Amino acid sequence: MPPDHRIDDYVDPYTPEHRNGGPLRVGLGGPVGSGKTALAAALCRTLGAEYDLAVVTNDIYTTEDADFLRRNAVLPDDRIEAVQTGCCPHTAIRDDITANLDAVELLESRHPGLELVFVESGGDNLTASFSYGLVDVQVFVVDVAGGDKVPRKGGPGVTASDLLVVNKTDLAPLVGADLGVMRRDSDAVRGDRPTLLISLREDPAATEVAEWVREQVRARALQTAP
Amino acid sequence: MTAALLTLADSRLPAGGHTHSGGVEQAIAAGVLADPGSLAVFLRRRLATSGAVAAGLAAAACRAVDDADPVAALGALDAEADARTPSPALRAASRQQGRGLVRVGSRAWPHPAWAALPAQPHHPLALGVAAATGGLTPRDAAHAAAYLSISGPATAAQRLLAMDPITVAAVTARLAPEVDEVADASAEDLPAATDPLLDLLAELHAARNDRFFAS
Repeated sequence: MPPDHRIDDYVDPYTPEHRNGGPLRVGLGGPVGSGKTALAAALCRTLGAEYDLAVVTNDIYTTEDADFLRRNAVLPDDRIEAVQTGCCPHTAIRDDITANLDAVELLESRHPGLELVFVESGGDNLTASFSYGLVDVQVFVVDVAGGDKVPRKGGPGVTASDLLVVNKTDLAPLVGADLGVMRRDSDAVRGDRPTLLISLREDPAATEVAEWVREQVRARALQTAP
Repeated sequence: MTAALLTLADSRLPAGGHTHSGGVEQAIAAGVLADPGSLAVFLRRRLATSGAVAAGLAAAACRAVDDADPVAALGALDAEADARTPSPALRAASRQQGRGLVRVGSRAWPHPAWAALPAQPHHPLALGVAAATGGLTPRDAAHAAAYLSISGPATAAQRLLAMDPITVAAVTARLAPEVDEVADASAEDLPAATDPLLDLLAELHAARNDRFFAS
């Protein structure tokens, strides 16, 4: 066996810097129905004029989210790639990210100037999270209608995501959810990591989330600058 | 070198195999796979055809790493793989899995042989190069290929039919002697067995947009 196959000689070549200025990869995860696709569409509409961007979807039925994005985000077909996850949506974003990496790399080769890629996970549960081999930053989307206990239940998406989005705040009075409790519980488990309470129905531009994404693009540009 | 072989055959190796059902998803849709008995029949059929072909190609690719001209040798084997894979959907699935294995294999075991592979090589070729660069023999490569030809599909059946995972493990385990037999018989040869049923299932599957698996 050649000496460079020994663990002592292993140098990991795969760091964000190693990707040498490729697009910022943003994971969008969260439970079924929390508004991941609607958020992706909103971000594409708001940021589409500013950045060269594309989306990877991991829906159960592969054309469902892609069709939604085409209609709602005015994104051309060649900027949307759908992957099959073999019945295991969180395996495909964390344990074996091959199919998603293939999709991201295909988009990068098709659009050499790409600046931003959203990877939208298939609807999963509170234990799902993205591997940092696939994305640079991740957003976890939950919604008020799922109950105000969700932030307290925790899980890696709620506690460790780079941004937690609590969507559908307009429904809070209808479902008896206390936004103050959700804010307090989120802050308690997330430390310095930000949480945004939003309503995509009231703000279809997802203004605050889009601003957070802009900050991440700027931060990555500084990090990978020559 | 057993640990390297176990690494290659491990379903947790992140090479993308978990998104491929090896025809199982469409076999279930077509009604030819529904229970442990029909799963065993399906797996045995797959092992005898695509399993044998993959085992032969993997062993040959492992040997090609030491060829005087590995680029030409691996290129010729890639064409042999195409010739043995009539279904365009299965060719694409094989190349997709080959690409995934190159990504992880070349990080684990860097070697000039990886660059000698064609872009997006057939999966058995990537497996042969992985075996060689991991310090394994052509026979080991054949065994990994034969085993992988049934292990992934068995897991897919378990997921799609919510079968008892212990039953599925037992079915796979009981096929072990046949896996070894196919691997040993294919390691010095390039078998050209095909199964028209698997080809048809793959083509029907590729046309669907309501599928969980890539193939």
